[in-house]
Amino acid sequence: MALSAKAKQALLGPLNKNNPVLVQVLGICSALAVTSKLEPSLVMAIAVTIVTAFANVIISLLRKTIPNRIRIIVQLVVVAALVTIVSEVLKAFAYDVNKQLSVFVGLIVTNCILMGRLEAFALGNGPWPSFLDGIGNGLGYGWILVVVGFFRELLGSGTLLGIQVVPEVFYNMGYENNGLMILPPMALFLVGIIIWIQRSKYKDLQEATN
Amino acid sequence: METISLIVRSIFVDNMVFAYFLGMCSYLAVSKNVKTAVGLGAAVTFVLTLTLPINYLLENYVLKAGVLTWLGEDFASVDLSVFSLLIFIAIIASFVQLVEMIVEKFSPSLYNSLGIFLPLIAVNCAILGGSLFMQQREFANVGMATAYGFGSGIGWLIAIVGLAAIREKLEYSHIPKPLRGLGITFIVTALMAIGFMSFSGINI
Repeated sequence: MALSAKAKQALLGPLNKNNPVLVQVLGICSALAVTSKLEPSLVMAIAVTIVTAFANVIISLLRKTIPNRIRIIVQLVVVAALVTIVSEVLKAFAYDVNKQLSVFVGLIVTNCILMGRLEAFALGNGPWPSFLDGIGNGLGYGWILVVVGFFRELLGSGTLLGIQVVPEVFYNMGYENNGLMILPPMALFLVGIIIWIQRSKYKDLQEATN
Repeated sequence: METISLIVRSIFVDNMVFAYFLGMCSYLAVSKNVKTAVGLGAAVTFVLTLTLPINYLLENYVLKAGVLTWLGEDFASVDLSVFSLLIFIAIIASFVQLVEMIVEKFSPSLYNSLGIFLPLIAVNCAILGGSLFMQQREFANVGMATAYGFGSGIGWLIAIVGLAAIREKLEYSHIPKPLRGLGITFIVTALMAIGFMSFSGINI
């Protein structure tokens, strides 16, 4: 199925030049807190993508009927209902991961990506572009999570998805896991570095002042 | 005594920003100058201190499994905890509306400088996070829950004011171009978080 230029922009823009985490500064909280291991990062990325896409579709369908003054409450209710469904599904099928994510599944409700995209995109566009925009932003958020989770688990515990990848020989030669990578502040450093790399590539994203 | 220790712990050890990364969006966006940062921090503290006890009461008298018995024996098997997210966010959203009206009336200049971020307190993860942590930790009584909300709010206030003060000084430093703005803010926050980790061993 061929996509029109606008739909392509909605889907692919957020992956890179319009990334929700790096450029729009949305959804930072959970991006940092759940990434100490790769597995919760993946689950979180999938959960957020699904919720964003469907919330975008629902709000886009309702956009002509919602009175402007109470739209935030309507949006919150739609999002909270979707998140409740996702959280129950996780409890049923991935209980351990759900335990690890603890309050952060519930906190998808207040993930700024959702509100940001609903306000900025779904209220002004039809259901199909909104769906693509939701998927795009979810994935744009997801790849950051996965990259950060990958490095933190690899360097911090020497494992990936719980499987040992740093060979035993390295440890015998004196290699040590970097315990600092598991601590929360390292996520901030990693995202800071990703921003640095991205902005040296795209000069027009650089900010003039500090 | 227990209450004081809980307040101190939630300000320094379990700091909302540095230990759990909650409320990051507005934390990064409104920390350009100290004055607005203080205003937003105070608003967040206010909303947290008021919503936590209300959500605590709702959680313990309406939502939890088997707590509806005060309505009669027939309700002993009712479990409404599935709805806790919806109820919590509704309470928070209505309180934010209240704060917005108060600030608009008494301090129009603060109202203008906070702009879109005032209504967005409703989706500030620190506030919903406070309620969800309260649900998880099962505090003994309303007083403890209120103390926790107050402490978390003050912790958030300290964090955002600290970052704003540092960013005001950063104006004068020479930072590599790609790192300016957002990048350096992330790294400064990381350094502050490492600083706050030194509190983590403290037992009061």
